[in-house]
Order: sequence, then structure tokens, then C-alpha cells
Amino acid sequence: MEFSTNLLIFSGLALLMIAAAMAAVTTSRIMRAVTYLLFVLFGTAGLYFMLHYTFLGAIQIIVYAGGIVVLFIFAALLIGKGTIDITHTSKLRYLAGLATSFSGLGIALYLIRNTNFVAEKFSSSDIPMKTVGTALMSTGKHNYVLTFEVLSILLLACMVGAIMIARKK
Amino acid sequence: MIIPAEYYLILATVLFFIGVFGFFTRRNLISLLISTELMLNAVDINFAVFNAYCHPEHLEGFFFTMFGIGITAAETGVAIAIIINVFRNAKSIHIKNLRELKY
Repeated sequence: MEFSTNLLIFSGLALLMIAAAMAAVTTSRIMRAVTYLLFVLFGTAGLYFMLHYTFLGAIQIIVYAGGIVVLFIFAALLIGKGTIDITHTSKLRYLAGLATSFSGLGIALYLIRNTNFVAEKFSSSDIPMKTVGTALMSTGKHNYVLTFEVLSILLLACMVGAIMIARKK
Repeated sequence: MIIPAEYYLILATVLFFIGVFGFFTRRNLISLLISTELMLNAVDINFAVFNAYCHPEHLEGFFFTMFGIGITAAETGVAIAIIINVFRNAKSIHIKNLRELKY
């Protein structure tokens, strides 16, 4: 296969993400798991940049790395010493998880290999912000104002719910 | 050179099943949530890839990913509130200690 910068960057990102994901599900300390998760999320943002979805990559970094990971760290620090020694699961369950993951992985990879996807017409140009904003804020076909509003209400409800659940009695 | 769509899909599949493995083997509520995040993240990658390679003239997958990220944020917020509350009541977030639901 010919040398290409794209492929090199993609391979680097893929290796980083897979290694970080495996570390995140096997390490025994939560703070480390959260940090490895952060690497996976940054790698995903890199993939979005490679697909020329820069806005999506920015959202990924802002919401995931800036919001969700901070929430995780907050929870881990608040709970403190309850967060260590987490991987002592039974041998049987470990093997069952391993078998399930590998069989699922095998089936999915087999399907990917044997499916002919639509002819690739990858466009190498960014989506203009104006298109995104218009689609997000107008009604009609291929427009998403209803979803946007529903998501806003969901976020508001979750915020109120989280405060109600977590406050002291 | 354009990277084939299959490469992205394979990467997303591997990440998804790493998340599944974590979900089966971890025994701590926060770790379970981290595994769920890995799975959701893999699905988001798939949406974006199918959009970019199969229908680049529309933006369905783009917006699915965007709303998916938003919903994940909401879900994580509530889940962490619940976990903190569980810890306050049960003094532990290890699954083997959480055998009964109160209140």
C-alpha cells in the first residue's frame, strides 16, 4: 500500500484509542480509567477532524473532554476511597465477558467485511457553519429545530433532576 | 489517499466491544459508566462515518452524532447524581454491596 499521511495519522489515532480504551477498562484505579477515557475521546475528536467535521470535533472536545470527564473526576474525588479495588471479579465472569466480546467482535467484523457499502463519494471540504446553523434552526425536510428544542428540554429536565437527586435532605 | 470507510467501522467496532467487555467485568458504578461512554462514543463515530461516506450531501449522521453527544451529557449528569446519592446512602458504589433498593 502506498505511503500516505492520512493513513499514518489514522493508524496513530487508532492505536492510541484502542490502547487507551483497553487500559480504561482494565486499570484498577478510577482516576486512571477516566484519564484513559479522555484519550479515547480526544482520539474520536481527531477522527471527526479527519472526516472534515470540524464542528463535530469541537463539540466532542468541549462537551466530552470539558464537561463529562470533569463530571467523572468530580464524582471520583467526591466518593474517594470507595473507588479503588474494582477489578476483582470472578474468573467465570471475566471469561464470559471475554467470550461475549470476542464473539460479538467476530460477528460484527464478518458483517463489515462481507457488506458492500455504497460507492465512496467522500467530499474533502468542510461543512460551512451557515449550513449547520440553518439546518438546526429551521423546519421542514432535513431540518432539526424540533429535535433541538426537545433536546433543550431534556437537558433542562436532567439538570433539575440531577440537582433534586444529589442535594442533601 | 482516502481512507476506506471500513477502517473507521472496524475501529469503532473494536472500541464498542472493549466497552462491552468493560461493562461485563467491572464491578464499580463509575467504571460501568465509563464503559457505557466508550460504547456510546463508538456508535457516534459510526454515525459520522456513514454520513461522510454514504450521503455527504445530507447531514443526518452529523446531527445524530451531535444530538447523541448532548444526550450523553445529560445521561452522565443524572447518572453521576444517582451514583453520589447511592454512595451517600449505602456508603459504597461496589455492585456486590448494592442488593436492595431503598426509597
